[in-house]
Amino acid sequence: MKWFAAVVVILAGFLIAAASPNFDQERYLSPGEMAFSPDGRRLYIVCEKSDELLVLDVETRAVVKKVAVGHVPRGLAVSSDGGQIFVANSWNDNVSVIDAKSFEPVKRVGAGFEPTNVVADRTAETLYVANRLTNDVSVIDLASGHEIKRLAAGHGASYLALSPDGSTVYATHVYPKVAHRTTPQSEITVIGTAGQRVIDRVPLSNVAGVFHIAISADGRLGVAAQLRPKNLIPLAHVEHGWAFGNSLTLFGTDVGGVVEVPIDELDRYFALPFGVVITADKSRIFVTAAGSDSVTAIDVEKLLRFVRTHRQSFANDLSASVNYVAARIPVGRNPRGLVLSPDGKSLYVANRLDDDISVIDVRTNQVTGTIDLGGPKKVTPLRRGEQIFYSAKYSFQGQFGCANCHIDATFDGLQWDLEPDGFGVDVVDNRSIEDLAGTEPFKWNGGNPDMPTECGPRTEKYFYRSQSYNEQELTDLVTFVMATPLRPNRYRLPNGELTPAQERGKAIFERTRSKDGREIPVANQCGYCHSGNKYTNQKLADVGTGKPIDRSPLIDTPQLTNVANSAPYLHDGSARSMEEIWTVFNPKDKHGVTNDLTKDELNDLIEYLRTL
Amino acid sequence: MRSIWIVCVVILVAAPLLASPPAMPMYSWENFTTANGLPDNHVFCVLVDGDRVWAGTENGLGLYENGKWKIYRPADGLAHRAVLSLALDKRTGDVWAGTMGGLSRISAGRIDTFTQLNSGLSNDIVYGVGVQDDYVWVASAAGASRLNTRTGQWALYNERNTPMYEIWTYGVSPGTDKVYYAVWGAGLLEYDVKTERWKDYNDPDGETEIVLLKDQGLIHEITTSVSYIDKIVWVATYFGASRYDGRSWHNFLTKDSGLPSNFMSFIKGVDANRAWFCTDKGITYYDGINWAVYRPALDTRRPEMLVRDADGNVTTVPVKTAPAHNYTLGIDFQGDDVWVATAEGLSHGIRQASPSDAARASNAKHLGAHK
Repeated sequence: MKWFAAVVVILAGFLIAAASPNFDQERYLSPGEMAFSPDGRRLYIVCEKSDELLVLDVETRAVVKKVAVGHVPRGLAVSSDGGQIFVANSWNDNVSVIDAKSFEPVKRVGAGFEPTNVVADRTAETLYVANRLTNDVSVIDLASGHEIKRLAAGHGASYLALSPDGSTVYATHVYPKVAHRTTPQSEITVIGTAGQRVIDRVPLSNVAGVFHIAISADGRLGVAAQLRPKNLIPLAHVEHGWAFGNSLTLFGTDVGGVVEVPIDELDRYFALPFGVVITADKSRIFVTAAGSDSVTAIDVEKLLRFVRTHRQSFANDLSASVNYVAARIPVGRNPRGLVLSPDGKSLYVANRLDDDISVIDVRTNQVTGTIDLGGPKKVTPLRRGEQIFYSAKYSFQGQFGCANCHIDATFDGLQWDLEPDGFGVDVVDNRSIEDLAGTEPFKWNGGNPDMPTECGPRTEKYFYRSQSYNEQELTDLVTFVMATPLRPNRYRLPNGELTPAQERGKAIFERTRSKDGREIPVANQCGYCHSGNKYTNQKLADVGTGKPIDRSPLIDTPQLTNVANSAPYLHDGSARSMEEIWTVFNPKDKHGVTNDLTKDELNDLIEYLRTL
Repeated sequence: MRSIWIVCVVILVAAPLLASPPAMPMYSWENFTTANGLPDNHVFCVLVDGDRVWAGTENGLGLYENGKWKIYRPADGLAHRAVLSLALDKRTGDVWAGTMGGLSRISAGRIDTFTQLNSGLSNDIVYGVGVQDDYVWVASAAGASRLNTRTGQWALYNERNTPMYEIWTYGVSPGTDKVYYAVWGAGLLEYDVKTERWKDYNDPDGETEIVLLKDQGLIHEITTSVSYIDKIVWVATYFGASRYDGRSWHNFLTKDSGLPSNFMSFIKGVDANRAWFCTDKGITYYDGINWAVYRPALDTRRPEMLVRDADGNVTTVPVKTAPAHNYTLGIDFQGDDVWVATAEGLSHGIRQASPSDAARASNAKHLGAHK
């Protein structure tokens, strides 16, 4: 029998290993952003998964240097004199400053939470860094390495562009303004470099998820890549193109205001517009469709003519793009950043999930070559799952993929009417998908017991109206989703201890008696539902937050890990802040006993929750 | 001999009468009311940011720029229409408005609002607000609040963790080393930025209007405003004003200063020695020695400027204009000009060259010509 026991142990070991999110040992590169050296001889490529900056010799197309940077680097910039390279390390909350001659890291300068993009001013005296989790832009004095100030930007501030004359920095953000069931609102934050202040905010109505932004060389035309969600209507109309429009916002004197321009076609979508560039002669705009594995080339002259002759909004007119789209250029998987060579002849596109670069002849709109960056050749289930996650090819007409709503495997800050059960019933807030293992069941009503159910039949039936995934694809997708890591918590002290306020909040979270001495029923104590290492007992509960439009008041207990990052709150997103969960939506103390707390104590409780 | 004596006596008697009053700033007052675009005539506070002037009124926040008023109200996202206090983040240009319904940040036209329901703010009645580095300090009807603008975290200060035995905080003035709160009924509170400790300063006479010993401490417990500048604390109360240099107090009352009233709603130091006092009987300037009061005369309502010298001699200086009202609630500086919030409008004091200024300028020019 001993051999039998040994086999059982070995099998159990395999099963445990297979269930672990760390079984995938391949170290992919995942190139995201790129920038040229001013002389055009070097192409710098930041690799999100390998935590590296790659230096590519453009002539030989060989990687000549790998520079270790911080964790999950996302943003990249080069000083105008070419002497320094800046990399935003999104999980380290800092920026690596690298000498462009020796390729040695010189120093790291601190920024806000999750710095995602960086630009340097013309003199490279000041860095501007977009911080996704603090919703602001850091202004950093490069000489001292000190962050001078923060400028309030949009929710999920992420991408930046410096105007060609150096006078202005433009910032976009990936989540809409926190609100409940209203038309999504976003903005382009305009920063004057002279005063280092926000000088304007360009409102973007009905827009959520704004990515790269570019300014023409003459400064007269700005363009931002974005999503136009249609989350205020039910899912029932996916076949009518209800879910997302993929579009650009044009602004500047060339268009005389703000104009939203669709890039989709009547029966084909170009999902997740991400990177955008304008050629120096302003003849073409190139946009990566990160979910459709392609680059869209737009004829600017035709575009401007169309815009000027159509004064009414055509943001929802899918027939419009035929008037200005010059080409759809297939590239690799999940194309993100793109950059024009200094001579303007070539366009380089980073295929994030293929670890290579597509080179496009700008004149012919043809891919002339692909540069292998040397990532692992083996494609693991985890990597395949990631490719599926970011792809829109499975959905009806290629409209959208998982990453449309789960931007960079997080959330989108929107509330959706997901079920085909009638208008306005069971409206739910989108949840982050970080660190999901041990948080089953899924959906706010707990209707999906596991991730295969969540991603499989449900997705096929409700979301995609299409073939959905085969068994292997579903397994791979689930592998990726369940392995999505937890981002670092920014509110815990470095030594792991709690501040006095957090300690007081912890005591409130764990209390068993209200302040008048009465025992709080076990089921009404915070730690009853929010138990375990993910702070969920994985059960349904009625905490009094159900709305008349909900089919049941029973709500799945959400995990609380990194809860500070995912406003709005509650199952329908009706609480714009954590405070509102209790100040507005807990009148009868059903969502924990909180009405005996002073404002100080409620603040302490929230300070503790931020650390989870 | 007799005639010499007569001349001497005449000179001695007439000298004080003939002596010119000390040269105090002269202003031409331009007044704004609803008639020329102000949101409301009850102006609680004023803030200058370069060429832009913000006025917090009972019915909206006004921004005066390029000769026009732009008005922000709750429909635009403002926390409440009654704006009680204003502060500028000089680094970012953001304006923070304390209202009767919360705290609003106006940033390049976008308004973000923080209330006791949607944020950690202690109370929605925000009497005072100040910005220092990354912190926004709030004086509310339920204690002090501090927002860390980098992390979004709030810290509350009240009777539970400070010597604030009343929690009606009326004014706040943050500095790099100290933060001062005027607590209505609880004197002055000092926060040491380095040690993170609080200290209170109270009227040694308690909550009475009796002043047993002059300059023995804070003039009164009912403080309404505080201004910390050049390591000097200026405090306004309903019963006089105080100046504190970290060791000694100096108090100002109508009986021994040029203050026209002991009832003050606001105070703003120019530097360690000079300050402006917003009283119910005129806006008042103190240059460290002399005093000047600017107001419509309390009886005739005609423009009036009173100057009091160090010896207590009061002179009426002829002027053609005056602030909109003698009941003043706020002041800010725009170069040599001043902007004053009053109960009947917003007043812009445009600095004029006084006769002595003109003489000095002439002398300088004359001397320069001989160089």
